[in-house]
This record gives sequence, C-alpha cells and structure tokens, in this order.
Amino acid sequence: MSASTFGSGIRRREDPRLITGAATYTDDIVVPGMLHAAMLRSPYAHAKIAGIDTSAAADAPGVVAVYTGADLEGELGAAPCAWLLPNADLKIADYPCIAKDTVRYVGDIVAVVVAESQYQASDALERIDVDYEPLDAVVDPKASVADGAPQLHGEIQNNQAFHWTVTGGGDIAQAFDSADVVVKETIVQQRLIPNAMEPRGALASYKKATGELTLWNTTQNPHIVRFLCSLVCGVPEDRLRVIAPEVGGGFGSKIAVYPGDFVTVFCSKKLGVPVKWIESRSENYQATTHGRDHIQEIELAATADGKITGLRATVWAGMGAYLSTAAPGIPTILHGLMLSGVYDIPAIHEDVYGIYTNTTPVEAYRGAGRPEATFMVERLIDLLAAKLGKDPAAVRRLNFIPKFDDGHDVVTGLTYDSGDYGGALAKLMDESGYAQLRADQAAAREKGRYIGLGLSTYVEICGLGPSQVAGAIGFQGGLWESAIIRFHPSGKVHVMIGASPHGQGEETTFAQIVARELGVAPDDVKVMHGDTDNTPMGWGTYGSRTTAVGGAALALAARKIRDKAKIIAAHLLEAAVEDMDYDDGKFFVKGAPDSGKTIQDIALMANVAWNMPEGVEAGLEATSFYDPPNFVFPYGAHLAVVEVDPETGHVDLKRYVAVDDCGPQINPMIVEGQVHGGIVQGIGQALWEEGVYDDDGQLLTGTLLDYAIPRADRLPPIEVHSTVTPSPHHPLGVKGIGEAGTIASTAAVYNAVIDALGPLGVENVKMPLTPERVWQSVQDAQGRS
Amino acid sequence: MFPPEFDYYRADSVADATTLLERHSDSKVLAGGHSLIPVMKLRLAAPSVLIDIGRISALRGIAAYASMISIGALTTHAEIVSSEAIGRHAPALAEAASMIGDPAVRNRGTIGGNVAHADPASDLPQMLVCLGAQFVLAHGISRRAVPARDFFKGLMTTALGDKEILTNVEVPVARPGESSAYAKFAHPASRYSVIGAAASVSAKGSRCTAASVVLGGVCPAPVRLAAVEAALVGSDLTEDAIAAASLKTAEGLDDDEVLGDIYASAAYRKAVAHVWVRRALTTAMARLS
Repeated sequence: MSASTFGSGIRRREDPRLITGAATYTDDIVVPGMLHAAMLRSPYAHAKIAGIDTSAAADAPGVVAVYTGADLEGELGAAPCAWLLPNADLKIADYPCIAKDTVRYVGDIVAVVVAESQYQASDALERIDVDYEPLDAVVDPKASVADGAPQLHGEIQNNQAFHWTVTGGGDIAQAFDSADVVVKETIVQQRLIPNAMEPRGALASYKKATGELTLWNTTQNPHIVRFLCSLVCGVPEDRLRVIAPEVGGGFGSKIAVYPGDFVTVFCSKKLGVPVKWIESRSENYQATTHGRDHIQEIELAATADGKITGLRATVWAGMGAYLSTAAPGIPTILHGLMLSGVYDIPAIHEDVYGIYTNTTPVEAYRGAGRPEATFMVERLIDLLAAKLGKDPAAVRRLNFIPKFDDGHDVVTGLTYDSGDYGGALAKLMDESGYAQLRADQAAAREKGRYIGLGLSTYVEICGLGPSQVAGAIGFQGGLWESAIIRFHPSGKVHVMIGASPHGQGEETTFAQIVARELGVAPDDVKVMHGDTDNTPMGWGTYGSRTTAVGGAALALAARKIRDKAKIIAAHLLEAAVEDMDYDDGKFFVKGAPDSGKTIQDIALMANVAWNMPEGVEAGLEATSFYDPPNFVFPYGAHLAVVEVDPETGHVDLKRYVAVDDCGPQINPMIVEGQVHGGIVQGIGQALWEEGVYDDDGQLLTGTLLDYAIPRADRLPPIEVHSTVTPSPHHPLGVKGIGEAGTIASTAAVYNAVIDALGPLGVENVKMPLTPERVWQSVQDAQGRS
Repeated sequence: MFPPEFDYYRADSVADATTLLERHSDSKVLAGGHSLIPVMKLRLAAPSVLIDIGRISALRGIAAYASMISIGALTTHAEIVSSEAIGRHAPALAEAASMIGDPAVRNRGTIGGNVAHADPASDLPQMLVCLGAQFVLAHGISRRAVPARDFFKGLMTTALGDKEILTNVEVPVARPGESSAYAKFAHPASRYSVIGAAASVSAKGSRCTAASVVLGGVCPAPVRLAAVEAALVGSDLTEDAIAAASLKTAEGLDDDEVLGDIYASAAYRKAVAHVWVRRALTTAMARLS
C-alpha cells in the first residue's frame, strides 16, 4: 500500500507552510543583540577610488562600525572562483569583497555600515563620501575583447578570462567546404536577471568565547558555503555552522558565495555580535548574479537532402566584472559539450571566449549553458529546414540519434544515457495535432493572419555528476551526494540529506522514495536538509541533481536498511537469511507472507536491541554516498503556437505543448510543476526579459517596473505530456527535470515567431521579441522587398 | 528599501490638511501611497513631512446625480471597477480602472492620487479628459473646479496648487446615444500604459454626432486627437470610417513631445498608436447598439 505512493501525485508537504506565510526565511530569523549591515555600492561601472571619508557615517545615530576595503587587508580573502576550467588559459581576476582602489561594476561594494537598525544603516550610507574618478566602461562582451577597449584588470590582456574549445568528430573545415548547404546566424542570448522571490542575505553570529560561527544564508548549497567561507574568513570548518533556512527560490543565483556574505561574516567576527545583511530588491538587481549574456555566431553544414554534416560556432560569453563561484563552467562544459543536441552530427567545433565586462557577474541561471546550446542547435535546424523548403519536423527526424537505451556517444565526448528522440517528437505531433495546426496556419495566412509553429527537440545534461569528471573539468569540489536514514523505535523515519532543496519538493518526493524502498507511509518520513551541523556532507541543489544524485543516495541507503532488517527478521523468525522474502515493508519466510515482521517491528527490536543476531550492531540506520557513474540526459519535444500581429508587433502565445522524458516520475504533479515553471522562464527569455545596461554601464532595468518577468495572464495553459525512458545507470532510473522546460522553451517560442513572420521575409529578431522589435523587423523586411 | 526619515501627520479634514500644508513647506500629501512610497524607498524623493489624507471620510464615496457622478478622491480603483453607478453611467471609466496595475494596486491606489500624480503612463487621465470630467480642488473652505482637459499641464505637472487638495472627480453621466471605451497597450513589467486610447462617440442612427478621442502614454500629458474627432463627426460610423479616422492619430502628436524609452521608442509609439485608437473607437461603436 505504502509503496504505491511512488509515482503518484501526492500533495507537497512543503506547501502549507509556504502558502500560509508560516515558513522561516533568513530575514525572519532574529538573534538577540543582532546588528544590521548595509552595503554602499558603487554608482559607477568603472572608476578609481581616490578617497573615502567615512567619518560622518561613523558619527551617525546608531552606527557601530564602518569598514572599507582597507579594513579587510590581511583579514578577509578575495571572493573565490571555484571552477578552474582547464586548458582554457583561464585568468581569474582578484575579486576583493570590498573594492580597494577600483570599482568595476555598478553594485561593487565600496563600504559596509553596521548599525543598530536597518534604517540607521541605510541613512548612514548617504553620509559616506567617496571620491570617484570615473573611467570608461565596456558592457558588450564582443566590444570588450576588441583592441582599444577599456581594460578592467591591468594584468589580464583584452579582458579575456578564458578561451575554451570543444572539437570532435571529423574535419570541421572539410565539412563546411564540402557542404551542399550552409546556414548561418548571429544570436544574442541576452542577459537575464534571475529574480528569485526572496532576495539574498546572511545572518552571521560569531561567539568570541568559543570561536564558533553560525551563518544563516540564502543558499542552494550550505556545505559549499561552509567550505568556502572557512577558507576565506578563517573560521575552521568544524566551528562553522551554515544553515540554509527556507530559501525562496534560487534558479542558480544562490549557488555563488558572494562578497556580501563574506563581509557579513567579517563584521560579526570583528564586532563579536550577530550581524544581519539582507539585500534590497534594487541590490538584488545590481549585485546578485545574472545569467546568459552570449553573442553567438553559429553555422550548420548539411547535405542537399538535409543531413547535418557539421556545426561550428564562436561564442563571446560576458562574465561580468569578476568570475563568480561557478561561472567559468557554465558557458563551456554545460554549454559546448551539448552542441550535438538530439542529432547525429559528425563534426563539431566551438570556440568560447569568456570576457570581463563592467557589469554584474554572470553565473548559472536555470538551465545554465544548456538553454544557450539548445537554442543554437534548434535555431540552426529550423534555418536549414527553411532553406530546404522542408517541414522542420521532417528535418529533425532525418537527423535524430536513433533510439538507444544504454549509452550513445556524441562527438563532443559525452555518452548520453538513454533516449528515444523520435518517439518524443511523434508523441508531440500526435498530442498537439501538428498536421491540423499546419493546415490551420495555411488557412489563416489566406485571411491575412500570421500563425507560427515552433518546435524545440532537446536533450540536456544534468544530475551533475561523476566526481572524477568534476575533478577533470576543474570543478573544485565533488559532485556526489549522501543520505542518512534513521529509524526511531516507533518506526518513524528521519532522513538527512546533504543536498539543499529550496522549493523543488524533495521533502515530499524523498519521502516517496523511502516509502517505495521500505514500505513505510510517506507521512512517517521526515526529510531534513539545509543545516551543515545535522545533515551529512553534500554538494548542493543545482544542475537538476538533487533527485538524480541525492535521490539515488537515499535509495541505496534504504536498501542497506532493508538488508540489515532482513538479517534481524530472519533471526527473530528463526529462519535462514536466504530463506527470507520481502514485500512492501514486510519480511517473511518464503511462502509464509502472513506471519512475518514489519519494518516497524524490526525498527523497534533493533532500537531496544534485546535480541540481536550475533555480530549485528544495534539501531536501524544507514548512510550512503552516491557518486554517479555518468550524468543523466532528460529530453523531450516542445511546440509553441503563436499569432503575430504585424501591424503592432505583438506576439500572442496561443498554445504550448510539451513532451518531456525524465524517466520514471516519483511524483507526476511535482514534475508537471517543474515543467511549467521551467517553460515559463524560457518563454520569459524569448518574449519579455532583458537586463539592459547603457554604454556607461548603468543598469537600466533595475526594478520590477522595468524588467518584465513572466505573468500568468500572458500565458496559455501549458499542455504537459511525457514519455518514460529510464536511465540505465541510475538506481531508480530517474533523470532530473528542474531545468528541462527552460532549456527547451526559448527556442520553441522564437522558432514559432519566425515561422509566423516567414511569409513577410523576416529571418531574425533580437530577443526578447518585444512588440517594437517584431514590428521593426516587419518594417525592415518590407523595406527590403 | 528603507526611506529616509520623515515626520507623519494625519489630517482629519480637508481644512486640517490645508492647515498642515500651509505649516510644512517640504511636505507631500499621502493618499494610497502607491506612487509616493516606492520613490521614497528608492530615495528618489525625500519629503520631510507626509500628510496622510487617507482617513478623511469626506473624500470617500461615489454619489450619482442627474447629470454627473461625483467620485471622492480616496475612491480606490477597485471601488470604481465594482461601482454600480459608474458601471451604469460611465462604464468606460471602470474599464480603464480595471486595467490599472494588478489587484493589489487597484485595491490600494486611489483616483485622486492617480490624477494628482499625473504620470504620463497612467490610464485614468486620458479617460477623464475624454469623458469631460472635472476636478474639484480645495483650499481651506474654498473650492474651485478645473476641467480635466485643463488640469494636466505636462509631465507630472497639474493645475493643482501647492497647498490644494483634490477632493472630488466629477464625471458627466453618459447621454443616450453616447458610448465610450478604453484600449490599452500595457508595459509587460509595470502594467503602465505604453499607449492608452480613450474614445467616446455619440451617434444618431449610424451617423456620428460627436466624438472625443484622447491618447495617453505617448506624450507628457493626455492628447486630444482633434483630427480623428473631426474625421468622425458627420460620417457614418463604420469600421472603415473608424480605421480611416484613426490613421489621423499621428497628426495630433508633436514629434518633440512623443515619449520613448528602452521598451518602446517614440517613433514606434507614434507609428502604432492609431491601432489602439481604432480599437477603442471600434469597441465604443459596438456598444452603441
């Protein structure tokens, strides 16, 4: 009975506290004697600091301390970059937690005020007198690497942080030289601003008497925060406790450990009192990491009948003013290795230039490198179809990697785990009524209406990842996960995991995993996470890895419990272990299922330990560390249907149909929710979102009044379907689903808009597809014709 | 997002508010607070005194008279949307109010604050000019009425005196054979109007006898589109006639005045504004029958 909840859409146990306002976020935590920090941030994108006078601020009411970069000398290290991309000529600029002599983006910290209240701290910021000598700024990655551009970091030439290359398969030059057809495009993957509902913040509480520091932090990975904070702030790891309380969304922006976090720890250590820093929404826009920011020049070679022979690309990836914690791996490993997509492509070559610019640092943002890759491939295949006059579905089918269930190598060096890409597209065409939609589109065009259909068939890499690979690609950590399962005497279960879910629903799905493996009711399983003092080590929640890696660790721990319980049951039933059978939480002698012992019986007996088998330890508890043998590769096929009004440029998204395959679904309702949210964030990139800087490096979209995040009333109902292809190497067969929607949907919507405007001669519109840009593209096309 | 320090006074009556305004030179009147509080939190405004008129009961309520509806300045957008009297006698005003922001904004924002703030991207100013409304401005016990068309002077500038309080908005009751509508191109983030067209037409049979067409969002203050109105009056109200008249929208727009931003340039707004004028007129026409 209990096992049957695996695979059912039971309600999320997280939701009652979240939707009734009963959850405890970092800013809700109050510690006696707590002071408040506020950061003075640079209003210039690039300037020398000729002098700082903090005396008036120090004298302001309630102010306890003011610190500048000079105060950190010898006490607080630089904010670290922890993805040391090999073979890429990586040049990491020093990232002082408080700027010393130069500021390099609007939002760079210049000073911190600690005061008795947040109001007093905010007021005192206005009394700090900074003498800036403005310098020329550069915000465009391609312009930044050009000769004569302003130089951000004296020692790093041409602002180039790295040059990374992926090359594989046959002779790429020959593929293009001998191609029947070549299609090319320049794409700007605009800068996106993550906009988690909860902004970032930290509360550091240092106890001088013991040397212990507790840090409450808005993070996706508290164990990584402990590790890095220990190194940077000089608090031994055993005396540093990091707690991620309720975290209100991250989308990658809460992976990095930020200068503001380190500065807060520094203030608490220095003053010996708890110090809280919570950023404002404006600070969140300026100083919490952004995503994307690629300029991509891409081309595809093919035969006359549409078979792809090569893909070549050059990408300029804006990294912002400094390299954030995981930044170098995003536009490279998580991007370039995925350029084969779902297609059999015999030769691939990509150059990626990571470029410093006078902007907020760029990091992972939902999908993190993979949406940028999918967009390239899915755009190119539509261009190829258009050039050949074929239906985009037909060209995709011609190039799909054939169905495989245990490994397929692509030329970038990855081994995909399992997939049936043609199957997903076939289901999509069936569920959406694709043929009828094409007929409707033609009929609408007769009446002067512009309907467009956009496909996106994607595969992504997640469940990061084997630790050996992590080491090989320069990731300064492991990528395994761990889990502890502990049975209490009454048969109730405590699960402790190292991963740190923050809205994805694993408190529910992990209980479902334990229910399936051990036959307990999900309600009897408590899932604990987010506190480094009472959870085992783990590397965090990002890269759609919590269920794919942490869930596997949990399943394996459960199987250890089952093995031990079976030995105890055999002892209690006076039977040989090999004569025992197990079914849904019950251990019994083969052939006698009515007289066995339940897992709860065993839990009680193991805890009281009155009658244990010889050599078996008391208690019923198991720990497992799971280091995956490979990544997992979810995939699917999406379709967007739009109507474009050429008179005004408005795009009306009329339908969105998704088929996703993440293997067996532990909780289909939660999968559907992840797919919904993911798709919507990708649609946001296609239609609405753009972080805009002016030439001086001022952020023009620095509030929710200017930066358009998706809203429910602009979206059609999302039609969600799935296929189920287990991962061959995963204990539960599952793959990640947190990012899949975002990875697919931007290309689907973009392709749909271009499909709608094809008859008008429009080939390319810069994202987001705002009404003016679409309208202008129609005007330009009509001007050409 | 912490505003700088300020003193707070609550006015109990309009006269009290006048006294407070006379006494404190660096002061701002607080009604719903939806425009003022955010700019204070961003520290773009730092009045040393706020005078809260939010609890003056005389500024609340909607009263319907034979020829006009009087709307208290503190009436929220949500109250306008749900008012039976406005629904019956000035439905297009409710329509415009229903497109402001989102439910939270409409529950808190007030008609008085909205028009006194005179944001060019607002919705109510163009509709109130279109409907021939007037505003009652008070100073102590004296009152004066200013027609909406004379009230909006430019970018966030109005005829409201420094020491005056806007107390009422008076909207004429729609006459038989008259109908109105609002069409809006909302900014995807702010929901403010990039283009907001208010149109009112009167007809005898199918013949247009009067037209009032006012455009917001595009210029610093609402713009009456006289050329569009002139093209309509005397013609048969058909879709073609409306489309042709709407194309005269740009004639009413002074290039130096048209606003542009990173989302929608001045050139684009000018080029496509006629579409929303046409839509508003088409809806108004459809409502005639």
